[in-house]
Amino acid sequence: MPQARPLSPHLQIYRWQIQMVTSIVHRATGIALAAGTVLLVCLLAGLAAGPEAYAKVQACAASLLGQILLFGWTWSLAFHLLNGLRHLLEDTGRGYAIKSFVMTGWIVVIGSLVLTALVWACVLLQRGGA
Amino acid sequence: MSQLRTPLKTVRGLGSARGGTHHFVVQRITAVALVPLSLWFVWIALSLIHLDYAGARALIAQPCNAVLLAAFVLAVFWHAQLGLQVVIEDYVHTPGLEIASQLAVKFLAVLGALASLLAIGRIAFGS
Repeated sequence: MPQARPLSPHLQIYRWQIQMVTSIVHRATGIALAAGTVLLVCLLAGLAAGPEAYAKVQACAASLLGQILLFGWTWSLAFHLLNGLRHLLEDTGRGYAIKSFVMTGWIVVIGSLVLTALVWACVLLQRGGA
Repeated sequence: MSQLRTPLKTVRGLGSARGGTHHFVVQRITAVALVPLSLWFVWIALSLIHLDYAGARALIAQPCNAVLLAAFVLAVFWHAQLGLQVVIEDYVHTPGLEIASQLAVKFLAVLGALASLLAIGRIAFGS
């Protein structure tokens, strides 16, 4: 006879804070980037197949949905990369004090936005120059 | 002599998957590899924007770029399937579904890596 066991508090109980947000977003961006490998395969297969196939991949990437996805993947990569570096730092035993943990969390969040802006500035500059 | 080992000693460090720290270590190795490789890939992707088909193909066909791209692809799919494996372990507890989704992730990762490597090979060797 299964009893109603007490559950530990779930997400909606806790006050949102940078520590948990960066952890959740790291996982979410990892899943998003794994899904993004479909485009990577399409790009390479299209480039190998010929000009028509490559033009189709380019058209998909240039469409509104493609641009939104590419922007999302750019930020996902920037965040996952920076937060991954943070995890590697933590693997060495550093950065666990609450103050530094919160600070590196904000560095990752702001840094990911800066990196995304830099990449898309390059995209827009190239488009303007082309 | 093996009788002197307690069950705790046998299982300690191996965990429920009996894999010990292998998953953790490989995830870190691929992560470290992906730091420079993904930055390089962003640079390549940005370079592709203003190139036409022949130019894009020539860029990827350069031996240095082809090798780095192959390394990037291998590291990406290896790292991705390790991460997705943990996500499934954490959230999917229906026995059949868990094994099916774990297998699907592994198979798709291998197929994605092979398809990418074949494409890079075709581009590099001009076939």
